[in-house]
Amino acid sequence: MVRTLWIEVGKALYLFGGLMGLAAILTWLERKQSALMQDRVGANRARIFGLRLLGLPHIITDAVKLLTKEDFVPAGVPAWLHAMAPWVTLTVACLPAAAVPFGHVLYWGGQAIELQLMDMQVGLVYALAIASMAIYGVILAGWVTRNKWAVLGSLRAAAQLIGFGVVLGISLIGPVLLYGTLNLQEMVRWQDATVLGGWLPRWGIFFQPLAFLIFLTVGIAETKRIPFDLPEGESEIIGYFLEYSGMKFGAFFLADFIETVVVAMLTVTVFLGGWSVPYLSADQGGFVWPWGAHTAVPPVGVTLLQMAAFWVKVFAVCWFLLLIRWTLPRFRIDQAVRLGWQYLLPLSVLNTFGTAAVLLIRQ
Amino acid sequence: MPGQFKKVRRPPENWWVRSYLPAILQGLWITARHFFRNLFIFTAHRFGLLKHVRAGVVYQWPEEPRPVAPRYRGRHRLLKRPDGTPRCVACYMCETICPAECIHIIPQEVPDPFIEKAPKAFYIDLSKCIFCGYCVEACPEDAIRMDVFDFRLASYDRFQMVLDMETMLNSEPSVPYK
Repeated sequence: MVRTLWIEVGKALYLFGGLMGLAAILTWLERKQSALMQDRVGANRARIFGLRLLGLPHIITDAVKLLTKEDFVPAGVPAWLHAMAPWVTLTVACLPAAAVPFGHVLYWGGQAIELQLMDMQVGLVYALAIASMAIYGVILAGWVTRNKWAVLGSLRAAAQLIGFGVVLGISLIGPVLLYGTLNLQEMVRWQDATVLGGWLPRWGIFFQPLAFLIFLTVGIAETKRIPFDLPEGESEIIGYFLEYSGMKFGAFFLADFIETVVVAMLTVTVFLGGWSVPYLSADQGGFVWPWGAHTAVPPVGVTLLQMAAFWVKVFAVCWFLLLIRWTLPRFRIDQAVRLGWQYLLPLSVLNTFGTAAVLLIRQ
Repeated sequence: MPGQFKKVRRPPENWWVRSYLPAILQGLWITARHFFRNLFIFTAHRFGLLKHVRAGVVYQWPEEPRPVAPRYRGRHRLLKRPDGTPRCVACYMCETICPAECIHIIPQEVPDPFIEKAPKAFYIDLSKCIFCGYCVEACPEDAIRMDVFDFRLASYDRFQMVLDMETMLNSEPSVPYK
């Protein structure tokens, strides 16, 4: 019993440690990647014992700076409500990751450990439900601070996130029909195979490219970053966190990065095969190459490879999300809302019907 | 309708162009290309390779000196005669033409009958100077030049911004004149 508890705690620490660590690394990666994309060098001045370490100490200096800054609360605002908004945002941003499987089954000490925090049948619905709650923190932040621009930002966030939230749900119906399950672990198991004579991994992106495109677009919109940074709109209204400073602002800032990682996790799980490694099969005891060769891998090695593959894929998708963020200019609010309601929503409905029709014909 | 205007029709685009996907892909291709090029060259620099290729366009100032164009107007310098005395004859040309009125010369007599005067003191207040270069143009003796390319002219004290004659006489030109 105690052992089970420790295993659960260990899994939670592993997943959320990875999530937080990746989000912290993203604050560094965002600077360095944007710098390289723009022919610059990027943050490299902070140093530890004279070592610059490619600018990595900037993660620490950022945290120190945010923690030691003045914690400003506007006059006439209940301090507890003011403090609640960033923590609601931060908590809600982290929670969807609990449903994401980060590996298959680890056999350790004669015990099978499911590498997933919550093995629930409605994992996808849970993740979407929690993700749609992110709006509460944003609206609370804008509303409680008694600032016109912050309210404008949170109204924009409401318009954007509700519109895109609808699309987010509908765009995933196609994959759900295809996999025939809402359980994220089952989805990954479905994708852990190959098609076309063993050449192509059976990943969702190859069967649902339109859904992948829509989900990625909407996912970027849900992270509230450029090109969908209308709730922030730092060149015009600063946004819903206008009256926040210090680590409370840092919480909003970090929540955006955590949402980026969570969107990457969901994308990887639903469309990019989750923890599955191409051509690696646990049942066959190793790699089964398309040309017929076979490379044996011990069962523990298979599981560890799969756990590593999950993080590699998540990191790659995060990199791609940052690439989009530093390439595309931002939308206007009417453009973003029109994109969501007039184009993405009909497209996702169309994709749902198309998938259903194809599945019905093939039955 | 007030005023005349010409209505420019947007050329009709097909749905593929209007979906912005090709433009987005093109943009992602450009930025990704820059990313991987710079990543490769920076990594090569770490291992001491490809040192002649610049990754990025940023100069790591102050460790890496920034090249300055030869026509750059830098800090002032006073030139000397071969015997070490200043070439300046305290004629007040530069002080007169200076639009910022930052030059202040105190003259003195010299025993040499072929030299009109010499500066006893020569001050330039860099906090007033606008670096227009008129003093260099006005000088009949080629005694002042602006070729010390040191642009770290900031100071905590406004009096440290004043250059005296000793400093200007002993400054070295950054780019030697031919």
